[in-house]
Amino acid sequence: MAERSFKKEVEQLRLGEGAVFSGEGILAVTKALLQAGVAYVGGYQGSPISHLMDVFADADPLLRELGVHFESNASEAAAGAMLAASVNYPLRGAVAWKSVVGTNVASDALSNLASGGVTGGALIIIGEDYGEGSSIMQERTHAFAMKSQMWLLDPRPHLPTIVDMVEAGFDLSEASQTPVMLELRVRSCHMTGQFVARENKRPAMTVGEAAASPRRDVNRIVLPPANFVHEIEKVEHRWPAALKFIAERRLNEHFGPEQDRIGIIVQGGLFNTLNRALEMAGLSDVHGATRIPVYCLNVTYPLIPEEITRFCAGKDAVLVVEEGQPEFIEHELNTLMRRADLNTRIIGKDILPRAGEYSGTVLRDGLAAFLRIHAPERAPTQMVSVAPEPDLATTVPPRPAGFCTGCPERPIFSAMKLVQRELGELHVSADIGCHLFSILPPFHIGNTTMGYGLGTAGASAFKPEGKRAVAMMGDGGFWHNGLTSGIGSAVFNQDDTVTIVVDNGYSAATGGQDILSSRAENATRRTNNPIEKAARGLGITWARTLTRTYDVARMRDTLKEALTSPETGPKLIVAQSECMLNRQRRIKPLMAQAVREGKRVERERFGVDPDTCTGDHACIRLSGCPSLSIRPNPDPLRSHPVTHIDNSCVGCGNCGEVAHAAILCPSFYKVRVVTHPTRWERLRTSFRRRVIGWFQQRHARALAARAF
Amino acid sequence: MATHNPLAASSLPDERGRITIAILALGGEGGGVLADWIVTMAEEQGYVAQGTSVPGVAQRTGSTIYYVEMVPRNAPGQNRPEPVLAQMPVPGDVDIVIASELMEAGRAILRGFVSEDRTTLIGSTHRVYAISEKSMLGDGRAASQRILDAAERRAKRFIGFDMAQAAGEAGSVISAIMLGALAGSQALPFPREAFEATIRRGGKAVPSNLAGFALGESQAQGLAASAPEIQPASGPTTAAGRALHQRITDRLPAPAHAMALEGVRRLMDYQDRALAELYLDRLETMAALDDAEHGWTLTSETARHLALWMAYEDIIRVADLKVRATRVARVEQEIRPGSADIYSVTEYMHPRLQELCEIMPTALGRRVLASPGLQRRLSPLFRRGRLVETTRLRWFVLLRALAGMRRFRRSTLRWGHEQQRIADWLALAIEVARTDLAAATEIIRCQGVLKGYSDTWERSCTNFATLMEAARSLAGKPGAAQRIAELREAALADEKGDALACAVKAVA
Repeated sequence: MAERSFKKEVEQLRLGEGAVFSGEGILAVTKALLQAGVAYVGGYQGSPISHLMDVFADADPLLRELGVHFESNASEAAAGAMLAASVNYPLRGAVAWKSVVGTNVASDALSNLASGGVTGGALIIIGEDYGEGSSIMQERTHAFAMKSQMWLLDPRPHLPTIVDMVEAGFDLSEASQTPVMLELRVRSCHMTGQFVARENKRPAMTVGEAAASPRRDVNRIVLPPANFVHEIEKVEHRWPAALKFIAERRLNEHFGPEQDRIGIIVQGGLFNTLNRALEMAGLSDVHGATRIPVYCLNVTYPLIPEEITRFCAGKDAVLVVEEGQPEFIEHELNTLMRRADLNTRIIGKDILPRAGEYSGTVLRDGLAAFLRIHAPERAPTQMVSVAPEPDLATTVPPRPAGFCTGCPERPIFSAMKLVQRELGELHVSADIGCHLFSILPPFHIGNTTMGYGLGTAGASAFKPEGKRAVAMMGDGGFWHNGLTSGIGSAVFNQDDTVTIVVDNGYSAATGGQDILSSRAENATRRTNNPIEKAARGLGITWARTLTRTYDVARMRDTLKEALTSPETGPKLIVAQSECMLNRQRRIKPLMAQAVREGKRVERERFGVDPDTCTGDHACIRLSGCPSLSIRPNPDPLRSHPVTHIDNSCVGCGNCGEVAHAAILCPSFYKVRVVTHPTRWERLRTSFRRRVIGWFQQRHARALAARAF
Repeated sequence: MATHNPLAASSLPDERGRITIAILALGGEGGGVLADWIVTMAEEQGYVAQGTSVPGVAQRTGSTIYYVEMVPRNAPGQNRPEPVLAQMPVPGDVDIVIASELMEAGRAILRGFVSEDRTTLIGSTHRVYAISEKSMLGDGRAASQRILDAAERRAKRFIGFDMAQAAGEAGSVISAIMLGALAGSQALPFPREAFEATIRRGGKAVPSNLAGFALGESQAQGLAASAPEIQPASGPTTAAGRALHQRITDRLPAPAHAMALEGVRRLMDYQDRALAELYLDRLETMAALDDAEHGWTLTSETARHLALWMAYEDIIRVADLKVRATRVARVEQEIRPGSADIYSVTEYMHPRLQELCEIMPTALGRRVLASPGLQRRLSPLFRRGRLVETTRLRWFVLLRALAGMRRFRRSTLRWGHEQQRIADWLALAIEVARTDLAAATEIIRCQGVLKGYSDTWERSCTNFATLMEAARSLAGKPGAAQRIAELREAALADEKGDALACAVKAVA
């Protein structure tokens, strides 16, 4: 079950001609795909594109009605390879993933695809996770588009434009036999807006029909001499065809006056931010009526030389607003200026920062700097400046991401901290996924992270004498590629690494999608394939599956055994407990329902006694649960805050187990509340309460007698 | 609860023709729900509205910014292009900032979203502590007052109150309180009914959301001002208490009275009147060296730390605190079980053989600890933690019996240890106090590093011993007080004692 359900929203995907669609960017893209007559869709989840995959999954019934095939691919490489369906057949296909990391994973398939070219439109929807909130290396998908000769669309953040660009993307792909990438920045994925819908189109040919009558063209296969021909085709046919299509369909847009001494060329995705900068300089308004000519690149690759030279001709200077580096567009603009023998100065990274997100502030300041040099009469005279608050800067604490309340991964790292106390620091090869939060406070565990499912591979060079390295892997990463690149390789090379696979039942970090080993029964997928079985199939002999990660002592002992066992060869610990975020989402409504129906329901939560807590917070350093917090000490003699468990506690028990395993303090208690108890339970409880109450009254009298 | 400039004139889109709203929330607080409410309400009210956010990993306990912009929709026939709405707030350009927590309000100010000429800042004043604040060995909490001062200074209007508390009172969630506060601020040109209609249209938890909304609105408007209850410390209730009270007022300086009373209260509860008398004997010795010129700090600090040490936590004390009726009442207040619910309480206890020996008669405890054979045979019994269900009779009776061992405490092994250490500590402080009151006060304050149970306690004792040794060598030197204070800070800087070792090396 995914973290977010789009069951209600996907109803909008049925909207017909002329109806107004209102919703998020990703949903609009899905609607656009259906309007374009797509025959198959797929992809791999990852921020900010996860929700697109969830929308696909929730829209599966509608997709089936329309004859559209949906596949939740095992990895981006698998998704990229699926586009092979568009090579020989006029099938429109779309896949989605998070870039640039997903594009890296898919690059083998993409290069083959781009080389041979496509018959049906092939669209890759790239969630560009750049800048604020991004959790990946800051790189440009643009480089991929250039080296493989794929076209890159970067529509301006405006739902009607985004929707049009999806449909134009398919047309462009078919007109130039080239796969096309559509870049959606993180904010555009989650941006709300409206557009006028069109009727959904059934694909002209379904994947089933294509499979029924296979076609083969050996010239589309990357083998000599065809691959050399492909290169020539790219340069002599596909590229010119694309330029012609983009110009004729006017995919790039022009805003503002026709003539001016200066102008601005902007990546489509940054247009709205640029307009705000212009507005703040008094040179535009909220409706985009800019007083400086703006050429908006909804297609950032390839550039259209004629459009560029026409825009730049007669201008002294043109500002290029291009995020990330290297500044590919700026380089090409300079080349184009030379070829056209224009003297227009191209101003880009000499004024704008080389690195970092182009936020509103950056563009506002960059624009002002550009105007001061090239059109001083239009430069804003007064800049809003925010007075620095150095005192505040040291006061406001950072809030690094961390494990959720009750997360089953926390006890694994608590146990690892305890093992490190005994065996010394470990080399821990971390992986991508929620478990990567272990590198942050309070755990400080994890030395490197090399990519999704690559935890074990990342430890493969470590063959230490005496102390084994530890590798982390998520269940998502395990199935993504860790099974082969990690486990298989470790078995083959006789590594001595200990791999811990966090098996929480979902691809949790990307939003709780089901995977091969998910315990949930899924109507459309085959789940419940055990990880240990798969690893044993590859030749792992030392494997342990722990079914309750919250047993910190057991986790600690198992890890210690793996690290010290005389047996050689790779060791595997599968640490199972359901992702708490998903578990709560699953069981909360069920429990509420049961309470309403008068059924017996148990719930647990934890507490800390403030009068035995001495405020050392060792428990927090070993756990870090969000519900495990502090509050002012009620004891007037003490000034340090006491530990406190707030109402968000889900009763996972980790804090108690940690207190036990690490021999911390007797302050933790667990309360088990039973709603609608049985008669016997009620009787027993009331008897106990009466006896205990009698003791307590006597005790209270004794206390009062010797009290102050 | 502070409400500031509650009833300013309703603001309308100015010359810019748009309204911008930034919402800073923590994962799971419903910042996204609030943004959705505002967007749909604006659309119903004839605006083109756009909401964006950067969730992703920030959802997992990190801070998240939601951003909403709105522009009045074109009138029919008004031939203007569709608005171009920005996707992120620009410093100096935000009309309304809503922060779900005090430090997030601080973060909004730091990021420049709050400006004097335009911004209505609506912020909850409660704290959700960050991991860096929570995980300190001592007190790592950030200074809230600084944020409140900056909010008053930097915003055009600041509407701040404890929204988490309001959510609790209304049985609602903080997002509903924030929406109510937004309505109450009248910073949006929409009537109250529009806000309520939005909640109803949402269709989820409508009654509780409406209740939260109403409370948020009235608190923002300062209608529900309630005076905080201050509970005065209760006076003596027994003859012994009255006698000790008299002794404190007669023989101790006034600034130390409050602490000394608490100390006496603690020690009578912990042991008996005799222990409280011993406490006052020791305190009076210290007071004799102290003077008014130094504000009697040494005396009041000794009153605090001496009481804490003399009432050290052993198994007897823990058992005593766990079986009290007042403790049951506190648990019930935390859990709030329904009237028909039943509940059980399980304690996570892990006494080691060491702790058990500490409450044995001195000779016996010492013998067990000194005998490797006994240690080997008994240790396995203490390897695992115990789940002690104090709502069950047998566990309750066992703990009650342990609590009853209070009367034998003076003959236990631990008692002797602690009395010796207390005496050493006081002797050092007294010796230093004759020449340097400030340094003596810092020595007394070093008791603050003694914390926890088992390993944690032993680690803190090692740190304490290191501090005392350093204090002894610093005594009489210029700046001793300052340097002892710094060493104490270092002792609380990290678990492993690295900072302390480093600081001690620098002193030596």
